[in-house]
Amino acid sequence: MRMSKLVRTGADLLYPFALIFGLYIVMHGHLTPGGGFQGGAVVATGAAIVIVAWAYEDVAGMIRKVTMKAQESAGLLLFIGSAALALGLGYAFFANVLANSGSLFGLSVPFGPNPGELNTAGLIPIMNFAVGIEVWGGLTIILLYLLSGLKKEEGT
Amino acid sequence: MIEMLVHFLVITGLISSALLVYWFRDLLAATLASGIFSFLISLEFYILQAPDVAISQAAIGAGLTTAIFIVAIRATSRYEGGGS
Repeated sequence: MRMSKLVRTGADLLYPFALIFGLYIVMHGHLTPGGGFQGGAVVATGAAIVIVAWAYEDVAGMIRKVTMKAQESAGLLLFIGSAALALGLGYAFFANVLANSGSLFGLSVPFGPNPGELNTAGLIPIMNFAVGIEVWGGLTIILLYLLSGLKKEEGT
Repeated sequence: MIEMLVHFLVITGLISSALLVYWFRDLLAATLASGIFSFLISLEFYILQAPDVAISQAAIGAGLTTAIFIVAIRATSRYEGGGS
């Protein structure tokens, strides 16, 4: 079953928008509904559209297995590394050492009703980002391995 | 009142799309009906004020599960009961 040209072009057009929207959900995870897992799943859905529309030989140059595996490992290492950072500085494991510190993501949360300040919450946006790229890689590589098991396109 | 009406419409759509999944012999159409079921249940989660769960359901249920089924249908036959 070969996908039509309409489906393939539509998938190529939708892919960057799904990518941007998923990364927006990841980076605003501490302000709005959503977070690392939800954003990563949205990005993986964008990759899934491209994977479903094209054959494995076409998609292998665009979405690589090695990159996805590296993303998954990097996300997990960043998560456990930022948790161990507090341990190295003499606090409890997973302690939020960056919150209200004035450095990266270190501003205080403004008082009262406000639209939300992106540069707050300390380690939470970093952990959201780690979970986001981990879910992106993990869910995409399931589909890539599923698609690479197919035989070459058989017509019909 | 208007909220009850929207609930009624969404639940009617849920039941009919679930029945269509059972009814179709064309597996691609059945997969799309299950995608519509996931989309409607994510709408229902949003109406019930759980936007977090709604995003997860829309991405996993309507996106990834449908994609996995479509890849599986590409590997096997399109119609139920053999043939292609």
